[in-house]
Amino acid sequence: MNTPLRRVGLAMMAMMLLLLGNATYVQVIKADDYRKNPLNRRVVLDQYSRERGQIIAADGTPLASVQRVDDRLRYLRTYANGPAFAPVTGYFSTLYGAGGMERAEDDLLNGSDDRLFARRVSDLITGRDPKGGSLQLTIDAKLQQAAFERLQGVTGTVVAIRPQTGEILAMASTPSYDPNVLASHDVDVQEEAWTGYDADESKPMLNRAVHENYPPGSTFKLVVSAAALAEGKTKDTEVDGRPVITLPGTNTPLPNFNDTQCGNGVVATLQEALAKSCNTAFAVLAAELGADKLRDQAAKFGIGEQDLSIPLSVVPSTLGPMSDKPSIYQTGIGQKDVRVTPLVNAVMAATIANGGVRMQPHLVGKILAPDLQVISETKPDEVDEAMEADQAQALRDMMIASENNTGGGGKLSGVTIASKTGTAEHGEDVRSTNPHAWYVAFAPAEKPEIAIAVIVENGGQQGLSATGGRVAAPIGRAVIGAYLGGR
Amino acid sequence: MGSPVTGAEGTPLAAASSTSPGLRPPTRRSTELFMLAFAATLVTGALILVEANQEQELSMRILWLGLAYLGLLTVAHLAVRKWAPYADPVILPCVALLNGLGLVMIHRIDLAMADVKLPNNQVWSSAAPKQVLWTAIALTLFCTVLKVLSDHRTLARYGYTAGLLGLVALVLPGVLPSFIAPEINGAKIWLSFGAFSIQPGEFAKILLMVFFAAFLVSKRDLFTIAGRRVIGLDLPRARDLGPLIAAWAVGVSIMVLQKDLGSSLLFFGIVLVLLYVATERAAWVVLGVMMFCVGAVVAWKLFGHVQIRVQNWLDPFADPSGTGYQIVQSLFGLGTGGLFGAGLGGGRPDQIPEANTDFITAVIGEELGFVGLAAVLLIYTVFAMRGLRTALSVRDTFGKLLGGGLAFAVAFQIFIVVGGVTKLIPMTGITAPFLSKGGSSLLANYILVALLLRISDAARAPKTTPKPRPQQPAIADQFTVMVERPK
Repeated sequence: MNTPLRRVGLAMMAMMLLLLGNATYVQVIKADDYRKNPLNRRVVLDQYSRERGQIIAADGTPLASVQRVDDRLRYLRTYANGPAFAPVTGYFSTLYGAGGMERAEDDLLNGSDDRLFARRVSDLITGRDPKGGSLQLTIDAKLQQAAFERLQGVTGTVVAIRPQTGEILAMASTPSYDPNVLASHDVDVQEEAWTGYDADESKPMLNRAVHENYPPGSTFKLVVSAAALAEGKTKDTEVDGRPVITLPGTNTPLPNFNDTQCGNGVVATLQEALAKSCNTAFAVLAAELGADKLRDQAAKFGIGEQDLSIPLSVVPSTLGPMSDKPSIYQTGIGQKDVRVTPLVNAVMAATIANGGVRMQPHLVGKILAPDLQVISETKPDEVDEAMEADQAQALRDMMIASENNTGGGGKLSGVTIASKTGTAEHGEDVRSTNPHAWYVAFAPAEKPEIAIAVIVENGGQQGLSATGGRVAAPIGRAVIGAYLGGR
Repeated sequence: MGSPVTGAEGTPLAAASSTSPGLRPPTRRSTELFMLAFAATLVTGALILVEANQEQELSMRILWLGLAYLGLLTVAHLAVRKWAPYADPVILPCVALLNGLGLVMIHRIDLAMADVKLPNNQVWSSAAPKQVLWTAIALTLFCTVLKVLSDHRTLARYGYTAGLLGLVALVLPGVLPSFIAPEINGAKIWLSFGAFSIQPGEFAKILLMVFFAAFLVSKRDLFTIAGRRVIGLDLPRARDLGPLIAAWAVGVSIMVLQKDLGSSLLFFGIVLVLLYVATERAAWVVLGVMMFCVGAVVAWKLFGHVQIRVQNWLDPFADPSGTGYQIVQSLFGLGTGGLFGAGLGGGRPDQIPEANTDFITAVIGEELGFVGLAAVLLIYTVFAMRGLRTALSVRDTFGKLLGGGLAFAVAFQIFIVVGGVTKLIPMTGITAPFLSKGGSSLLANYILVALLLRISDAARAPKTTPKPRPQQPAIADQFTVMVERPK
């Protein structure tokens, strides 16, 4: 009986070898597939039980930090003043992943970033729990707060940039949401909050500054002006001043706002046309320049850039196809297919403020180690020379004239603002759809410290009668005042 | 037959400890004690790691569990020293290590589940203390078997009784009404008496092995008679197929009545091996496997639960959150563990369903990695191989058959379990001997170990047969001696 017993022994060995072979296949060869499978919650859970790095404002105010708790996930993400900063910080949820900066810089915050490699090794040796690195944003906490408060009651956004560096000083968006509830360790609370925000028609989780683009309306006249100045025109060059024109080849009239006439009703200076925001002047001017020159100038301001990341990804801005003359006319006044994100509009204002030099907009000031030592610092990055310095100065003067010609409340005393308003029609039926109100500006005009773009969707409470000057300008001026007054 | 014994055991230590050279082989109890101490050290280390990694302070619980475990080991060792002094010294340490590792894992899963349940205001009743209690009961039974059963051949006399009891135990849960034999997780294999429930199938496994060994030994000649010869195989005579058909019928009925594919497969495999070892003819195996295949195909055609198991085996990701959930989670755990594992206490056993019973090897694979799982498989292999060696070296055929069967049963069961959780074969849901939570399994398997040790004691103990009489020459060759009549 020993021979069959030995054979049974061989069979047993074979079974074990099969098991070992298969375990090797599952745990070594297929391991990565299984580990990274989105249905595998381990990696997520693991991350959520590690001490995540902080997100702090430029002055060190904590925006997102962790709090030790006594449950399975150990660390609770908390957001001081969550709704005001949510468009920047984003959220960090066990069920729904991360958004905003939490997602864009996830590797750094959860500690797996290569920049933290040396520290990870020392953590391993000293046996400390690995911690995530921290993020110091360029955001000015007080300014962000002021912008958020100014936007209460309307749907819109404010983006503020330091013209010389491209640092984003504020990026508020309303209505907002509270990332604290999304970070709750109570699954039901998370679920309820998420479904609530998701179903909300006002889209509170949308970061309007970078994830939505709008027709820029008259603010686009800055691009047309810049292109015209580049062509050798000056602020005194005479342009069309008629109160109404007809789009070429059609019977569609293109009037000025309230059918006002510019200059003498036949011609006006470029400066006056911009100050009064004459549609006819810029429509004709755009057609004169042609699609290519418009596109070139727009590109220099960053319109059309496909993969801008600050490091939040920014949806592209576009001029549209401009396939025929009437559409070039309409493009000239920022209508038709032109779409610009509030961020890019702010960049444009900042570029003009910076003497025509466009700086890369960014939100991350410094990358910090878990012990808050500086690992790296973002250097200002010059992207493009969008305008000659003297032309930028001319455009600035035109914008000062525009500001002086703009109504609306909240004018600041002692500060010269250079600005341009916009009232952008949109929707299927433009006559009965409330227009978006825009305001782009920088100040002080002589030595700019801040450039902003404000948009209030659908004119806020003003409805059909809303204009950039009446709705957006007061918000913009208040934000500028808050910034300049605070120093 | 006895040659392998000296092969691996002839170490200097053995020679030194033997008191009466030439006659008494070494008992090797000191070797066993040394290895038990090693197992205890490993288990204690593992326990401390679990506690440390779960960031619990080293509580009294650890002392409690550790001391209980040490006490039980000591008792087991002393029992073997007293009642089976010549037993194989490797078997008990293997079992102790597996049992200890099982306790650690069950405790570890307790911690994880308590964490999961706590926030939802549910209470997880710890399984580890119960398992310690069961181990104590199992070891009592183990000692009793060693003491009462002084010669394993006694069992052969009760072969038919064992067979009847085994059969009853096997089919009982299937035929009893569900208030006493509830269907748990789709299998009707439990007998429930209030808070106390047993799985009679675990005991049936051993009882039926005793029966088959006794039956085959007594009727061995009958089965070695060849019938017809087909394609190089000597097929048995049709009228001798009775036991095989009976075993097949029992196997199928388990599958149908209890929906327990694992036990059915295990049972059938054991019968085949016993038949093969007893008759030394592969034809039985071939026939048996064919019959099993037919049975399996028919079962697959007829029963939904079999189809689901096969479907989940072929493509678990077809329904990852439904029927494929268990195997998918198991694969995720194994994959995340990878080569070296997440570390004891570092995995996510709460993600794996039935973590402390059917899927305990998946938890081991996650926390200890492929290396740990392979180590566990090798401990099983060593255990089974020592059992097989016992069978090879014991002198009586009943002991050979029973020993071989017991050893194979353990190896085959672990093949079915680990093969199931690693997707080598369809998932069937049986427990891993000594590792998994469960009283019945522990009791039955400790009886199995006691029987193996008893047989190995018989194999290695010095022969107790009377001294051979001096050989007498044939009558014809004997001297004629003059015997003087006493005066």
